[in-house]
Amino acid sequence: MRADWPAIGILAVLAAAPFVGFGEGHMLTLLSRGMIFGIAAVSLALIVGGAGLVSLGHAAMLGFGAYAVVILDKAGVTQAHVVLPVAIAAGAGFALLTGVIAIRTAGVHFIMITLAFGQMAFFTAASLSAYGGDDGYTLYGRTEVFGTRFLENRLNFHFICLGALALTWLVCRLVLASRFGRVLRAARENDLRVQAVGFAPYGYRLAGYVIAGGLGGLAGFLLANSAEFVAPAYVSWQRSGELLFMVILGGLGGLHGAILGALAFIFLEEYLAHAVGEHWRMVFGPLLILSVLFLRGGLAGLPMSLRGLRRG
Amino acid sequence: MSITLLLVQGLNGLQLGILLFLIAAGLTLVFGVMDFINLAHGVQYMLGAYLAAAFAAWTGSFWLALLCALPAALAFGLLLEWLVFRHLYDRDHLSQVLATFGVILFLNQGVKLLWGAAPLQVPMPQLLSGGVEIMSGLRYPVYRLAILGTGLATAALLWLVVERTRLGMLVRAGATNAPMVAALGVDIRRLFMAVFGFGAMLAGFAGVMAAPILSVEPGMGDNLLILAFVVIVIGGIGSIRGAFIAAIMVGLIETLGKSLMPDLMRLFMDASAARQTGAALASMLIYIAMAAILAVRPAGLFPVRG
Amino acid sequence: MAEPLLDLRALRKAFGGLQVTDGVTLDVVPGEIHAIIGPNGAGKTTLINEITGRLSLDSGQVFFAGQDVTHLSMAARARRGLARSFQITSIIPGFSALENAALAVQARSGSSFRFFRPASSETLLNKPALEALEAVGLAHRAAVPAGALSHGEKRQLELAIAIATAPKLLLLDEPLAGSGPEETERLIGILRGLKSRYAILLVEHDMQAVFALADRISVLVYGRLIATGDVAAIREDAAVRAAYLGEDEAA
Repeated sequence: MRADWPAIGILAVLAAAPFVGFGEGHMLTLLSRGMIFGIAAVSLALIVGGAGLVSLGHAAMLGFGAYAVVILDKAGVTQAHVVLPVAIAAGAGFALLTGVIAIRTAGVHFIMITLAFGQMAFFTAASLSAYGGDDGYTLYGRTEVFGTRFLENRLNFHFICLGALALTWLVCRLVLASRFGRVLRAARENDLRVQAVGFAPYGYRLAGYVIAGGLGGLAGFLLANSAEFVAPAYVSWQRSGELLFMVILGGLGGLHGAILGALAFIFLEEYLAHAVGEHWRMVFGPLLILSVLFLRGGLAGLPMSLRGLRRG
Repeated sequence: MSITLLLVQGLNGLQLGILLFLIAAGLTLVFGVMDFINLAHGVQYMLGAYLAAAFAAWTGSFWLALLCALPAALAFGLLLEWLVFRHLYDRDHLSQVLATFGVILFLNQGVKLLWGAAPLQVPMPQLLSGGVEIMSGLRYPVYRLAILGTGLATAALLWLVVERTRLGMLVRAGATNAPMVAALGVDIRRLFMAVFGFGAMLAGFAGVMAAPILSVEPGMGDNLLILAFVVIVIGGIGSIRGAFIAAIMVGLIETLGKSLMPDLMRLFMDASAARQTGAALASMLIYIAMAAILAVRPAGLFPVRG
Repeated sequence: MAEPLLDLRALRKAFGGLQVTDGVTLDVVPGEIHAIIGPNGAGKTTLINEITGRLSLDSGQVFFAGQDVTHLSMAARARRGLARSFQITSIIPGFSALENAALAVQARSGSSFRFFRPASSETLLNKPALEALEAVGLAHRAAVPAGALSHGEKRQLELAIAIATAPKLLLLDEPLAGSGPEETERLIGILRGLKSRYAILLVEHDMQAVFALADRISVLVYGRLIATGDVAAIREDAAVRAAYLGEDEAA
C-alpha cells in the first residue's frame, strides 16, 4: 500500500484543484482533458509496462469510444447508461478483433501491426461522411445522465472524469497485482520461462489488451463529451505516439507516472502553443527527443516501479 | 473499367511500388543491420523533395537540382545520424520510436516554417516531359516511365552491391548477426554509418524523383513512411529481396484498389455509397493484406533472421 | 521393471543436412535418476528441447505418463507434470525468489484468470513456493529480487521453480553448469534428496556428479544413443570409452 500514496496524492490534488484557484472555466476544461488522457495513458501503461506490448495504435481505442458517442448521437440515443457501455464495448471489441492477430506477433512486428490497425481505423473514420468525415462531427450537447444535463456543468464533469480516472487506476493497479497480472508481468520478462512452467502467454496478453481497449473506449467517451466534437485526427498515429510519450514522460513511477505524464503533456501543449505560437511543435519535437535520451530512469523505471505495485 | 485504364493504373501502381522500394530498402537495411526503428525515414524522403524544389528554384534546372539535392540529402541524413540517431542504437524500440517521432514533428514543422504550408512546384525536366504511346490509344507520361526505369536500375544496382560485393556481404552478415560481425573485427560503427547514409540517400533520391509529380508539402513523407513500414513487415525485416517484392505488391494493391474498389462496390450499392465504401475499403486493403500475411507468416515473407 | 514415465520412441530431427537427433529411443522409470552424457555438440540440449516441446520432431514419438504428448505445446506438457530447468539460467529477474516459485505453483493451482485479488498474499501459493525454496536451501533468500542473487543461488532457484510445479518428471539441463566445487557439492546433495519424490532425467558434463547420482546412464554422440546401462556397465563399455570417457579419464 506504501507504493499507492503517490497515486492517491495526485487524485486528491486533482479533487481539490477547483477549490484552490483552478476553478475557472478554461482551467477546468484543461484539467478534465488532462484527466481523460490520464485514463488513456494508464490503460496504455497497463499493456506497455505490464505486458511489454508497445502499441502504436492506442488512439484507435479512444477513437472507437468517441465515435460510438457520435454514431449514437446521430441516431438520437444520448443516455449515458446506454452510450457509456457501448463506448467501452466498442473499444474492447476493436481490441479483441485486432488483438487476436496482433498478439501473435512480437517486438517491432507488433508495433507495426498496431500502427496498421490504427491507420485502418483512421481511414474508416475519415471516410464516414455521415459522421463528418475529415471535418469531424459536432455534438450539440453532452451525454445525458438519466435525462438530466448533469455533465454540462463543468464542475460536475471534472469530478466525473476524476472518478473515472480513479476507477481506471484502481482497476489497473489490482489487475497488475493479481494472479493474471503476475503471469502478464512474468511473460514480459521471460516468455520462455512462463511457458516452461505451464502458461500459454497468448491468452493473458490478449485479455490485457482487451482491458486496455475497454478503458480506452471509456477515455474516448469522455473525450467526445469534453470537446463536444470528434474528428478523425483523434485516431491519428501522431496521437498514438503522443499517448506513448505520456506514458514515458511520467518517468519513475508506476501507473501514477502515466497520470503525471498525461497532465504534464496537456499543460505543456497548452503552454507551448501560447508561448511559441503556431510552430510550437518545433520546440516540442526536440523536447521529446531530449526526454527520451535523458529520462533514462523514466523508461527503465517503469517496469521496476510496476514491480513495486504488487508488493502493496 | 477499360483495359487501358487498368493498364495505366497498373503502371502507376508499379511506379508507386518503385518509389516505395527506394524508401523501404534503406529502412529495412537500417532495421536489419542496426535493429533501429527509424520513423524519421519519411522526412528523409520529404527533405529530398524540398531540397530539389529549393535548388530548382535557385538554378532553374531540374538536372542541376538533382545533382545538388542528392549530396545535400546525404549530408542532412548524416547530420541527423550524428545528432540524434547514434545515441539510440543501444536503446529499446520504444525509445527509438518516440525519439524519431520527435524528429518528424520538428522537421515537418521546420519545413512549414521555412517554406510555408502551401505545396511547392518543381518543374518537370524538358527532356522527360510529354507522353509516349505504349499501346494503341494509350499514352503514358514519359517521366513516370523514367521513374520506373531509374528505380529498376537502382534496384538492380542495389542487388549487385548487396549480393556480389564485399561491402554487401558485410551488410548481409550484419543483418543476420550484427554482434558476430563486430566480433570478427569489422568496424561496426563505420558499417552502420555507411548503411544509414546509403539508405538516407535512396530515400532522398525517391523524394527528388517524386517532386515534379507529387505535391511537395509538409508531412508528405508520413503516409509513405507508413506504407514503407508495411512493406518491410510484409517483405521480412532486413531483406532487400523481400522489400522489392512487397513494395511492388503494396504499390499495385494501393493503386489498383483505389480505382477498382468503388466500381466493385457499385455491384452492391448505389453510386454515392459505393464511392464512400469503396474509398474506405481501398485505404484499408493493404493493412488487411498485411494482417493476413502476418497471421500466416509472423516474420514476413522472406525473413532474414532464423 | 515399472511402467516408464517418459518413453521416447525413435526421435529424429535434422537441421538442413545436419542430423541432430538420430533415432533416439530411451525411457525413464519413476524414482530413477537417468543421466544423459555425451561430448559437446552431441545434441543433448536439443533432445531436452524436443522432449519438452520447444522443438518439433521430424519423426518419432514422446510418451509421458502413458500418453502421447508429441504434438502438445510446451505449456501443455508442463501442466502434465514435465518440469524443466535450463542450462542458461532462465528466471524472472524482476520477481523475488519467492514470487518466481509462486508463479510456478500458480500454474498448477487453478485458474490464473483472476483479476482482483492480490496474488502475493495468497497462502495457497506462497506456502508450496516456500517449501520449494527450502528444498533447495534458498528459503532464507525468499524476498531477494531474483536478479540480485549470486550465480549459484540462481541455479538453485532454477531448480526450485521446476520443483514448485509439483512435477512427475524433472528434466535438468546441466544444473551444475558454472558452479564451483562448493556449490557442486551442495547441488549434488539436493539432487540426491529429490530422487525419492521425482523421476529425473539429468543432462550433465560433470562425471563425478553423474557417477554419484545416476541409476542409469545413456550416452549420446552426434545425436545417436550409443549405449544405455547402469554406472558400472557404462564405465566398462568400450565404445563409450573410445568416444567420450577417454578424454575425461584424467578429470
